Amino acid sequence: MPEHACEHIPLADDPRLKLVDRALKRLQYQPDALIEVLHTAQEAFGYLSRDLLAHVAAQLKLPESQVFGVATFYHFFTLRPKGEHSCIVCTGTACYVKGAGEILDKLEQAVGIKAGQTTADGKLSLGTARCLGNCSLAPMLTVDDAVYGPETPDSAVAKLQGILEVPDEQR
Amino acid sequence: MNRGELAELAEATLQKQQACRLRLLVCCGTPCVAAGAEAVVAALREQLTGLGNLADLELVSTGCQGPCSRGPLLTVLQPGQPEQVWEKVTPELACTVLNTALQQQHLPEQNLLPQDWPFFNRQTRLVLANSGRIDPESLEQYIARGGYESLAQALHEMTPDDVCDGVVQSGLRGRGGGGYPTGLKWQLVRKSSGSRKFVVANGDEGDPGAYMDRSLMESDPHRILEGIAIAGYAIGADQGYIYVRGEYPVAAQRLRKAIKDAERAGLLGSRVLDSSFSFRIDIRIGAGAFVCGEETALLGSIMGRRGQPRIRPPYPAEAGLWGCPTLINNVETFGNIPSIFSIGPQAFSAYGNGKSRGTKVFALCGEVVNNGLIEVPMGIPLREIVYEIGGGLANGATFKAAQTGGPSGGCIPAEKLDTPVDYENLQALGSIMGSGGLIVMGEQSCMVDVARFFMEFCLDESCGKCVPCRTGTVEIYRLLSRICNGSASQRDLQTLEQLCVMMKDTSLCGLGAAAPNPVLSTLRWFRQEYEAHVKDRRCPAGVCSMNELPLHLLGEQLLQRISALRCDGEEY
Repeated sequence: MPEHACEHIPLADDPRLKLVDRALKRLQYQPDALIEVLHTAQEAFGYLSRDLLAHVAAQLKLPESQVFGVATFYHFFTLRPKGEHSCIVCTGTACYVKGAGEILDKLEQAVGIKAGQTTADGKLSLGTARCLGNCSLAPMLTVDDAVYGPETPDSAVAKLQGILEVPDEQR
Repeated sequence: MNRGELAELAEATLQKQQACRLRLLVCCGTPCVAAGAEAVVAALREQLTGLGNLADLELVSTGCQGPCSRGPLLTVLQPGQPEQVWEKVTPELACTVLNTALQQQHLPEQNLLPQDWPFFNRQTRLVLANSGRIDPESLEQYIARGGYESLAQALHEMTPDDVCDGVVQSGLRGRGGGGYPTGLKWQLVRKSSGSRKFVVANGDEGDPGAYMDRSLMESDPHRILEGIAIAGYAIGADQGYIYVRGEYPVAAQRLRKAIKDAERAGLLGSRVLDSSFSFRIDIRIGAGAFVCGEETALLGSIMGRRGQPRIRPPYPAEAGLWGCPTLINNVETFGNIPSIFSIGPQAFSAYGNGKSRGTKVFALCGEVVNNGLIEVPMGIPLREIVYEIGGGLANGATFKAAQTGGPSGGCIPAEKLDTPVDYENLQALGSIMGSGGLIVMGEQSCMVDVARFFMEFCLDESCGKCVPCRTGTVEIYRLLSRICNGSASQRDLQTLEQLCVMMKDTSLCGLGAAAPNPVLSTLRWFRQEYEAHVKDRRCPAGVCSMNELPLHLLGEQLLQRISALRCDGEEY
């Protein structure tokens, strides 16, 4: 797949692999520690490539199918690279009651991608969450790690302007 | 650290705090930080540094203080004076408060919350006793409020059986939603035989609209550790796990620090408090799967597998982690344990109603004036929560329903507002206590749409292992979508009810068995809304688009069109 930019560098030479190997060692290559290892791997690489999953499987002496199964079961793990910035709109009950749907629609329109996708230039990933536990700020969203709320559709778009403006000027 | 040293440390820290002429507590819970609490802390810190960091002035960044929609919050404590709380504090206001307090002048009344504010007065804080009162990263401050004293009491004065009996007497029931008597569960695991035993704290708070566990883990992490350690002693375990939801990195980080601090102080690890009891606690981070809140799925996830539930029995109390007897409780349940032993099981069971004893923490959200985290005695009428603590509905809206229990719960209508909130009464209404999300909805919410929202959630989160849940959620979602877009017939309504009952009876785990609850409870209390959608093709709340036609109307329309095309002008 073309978006797997990192796969041009052989995985074995990638300096980030050291972080994963260190975690493997710390966890004593226990197959039970698979989820912990995947967390570390995703933190280091940003996503889990097939090569990386194969490497983890080999190290933990687990079938690749099981590692793949776990990685695809949990929402947190992603097998595709994420955008440079991420915006997550909370769609929990409180946010939903207070109009998160409109915010998401407006953002999807403004950015030109659907939730769960990344812009073509790799600048921004738009996502939804099932509840970020900030219900008193409903409707809320996060941009990178900053929490914003309560939002309106327009104020939400304004939050992304800073990120979106740059590629617009370059065009 | 031994028991004497623990008491000494508590005494010393308490004296230091009492000697302060001014203590400033700034809420640094996530909502307050989003509203600008960090700037307030920075401004106050700068002022205090300017004054030369006097020993009798203290600034504390606390966990959640409660009224989250009014942040940033500043609580001021002065000896001999009632505490005062300011809402929506700016750095300027905070500095004014500090300066006037230092000059012993009249404190500013701008944004000052009234002394008799029902939001605070109507609460009974046992689990949240320290939340918003201490720095969550400070072990000393927790100890100063009597922390780890219950553990010391259990280890030095009680046998494990005494501890189990104490929990039974308190009448505590599981706070994760099921409501199984906690003491009985502990006794069950205690009696099970196995080479090792484990304690697991379920902090995988997946219900949308609930954030009690997050707040508790972030605001008072040591309380949970203490509760788990007491449980470990009672059932004979030497290892505990806290399973924290992946979306809560701050909670995980605070718990990690708390574990490290407690181990260093000899409150966890080998020979806890100079007794023969050794206990370790580790953190496991979830990876985003709602079904992992189900106990057997959670165990699978801790062991590094897909979080899919399995058939019970054997229950985890007999065969849990790696086949060993395992005690699983919600983190809020563990949060109750230190209180039970500090005030005594009898005093604890004095709170509550019927078979539901103690207090419950709720995340009060939605269309109420005061959003936030509250702790109330079981059995409090819902009306009191919504209208007195919550301050009624925002923007003068009319109350329509309160949703409890998230996707496994249901909606409580306005005519049932006087129901006491406890396990039995909520169940009788077709809802559940759940983990504690309480979302208030006004007239502008469409109940069919709400049911569809929850069904979409369950459809997404179904693990796919059993057929009733995997296909049932999809079919029910389709039917609800048809009702919402106006293409449903009376027959669909019947099918919907049948499917819900079937799914409830035949699903493998709690997720599938409880998934139809939002549909069934809205059908029960708001049937006229479903009827309006189907019969009159009208959404009373004006939410649904209703832009499609049911099959029989579609047929009629088609015939009309064909008639119009006939050259002889005859009708079919």
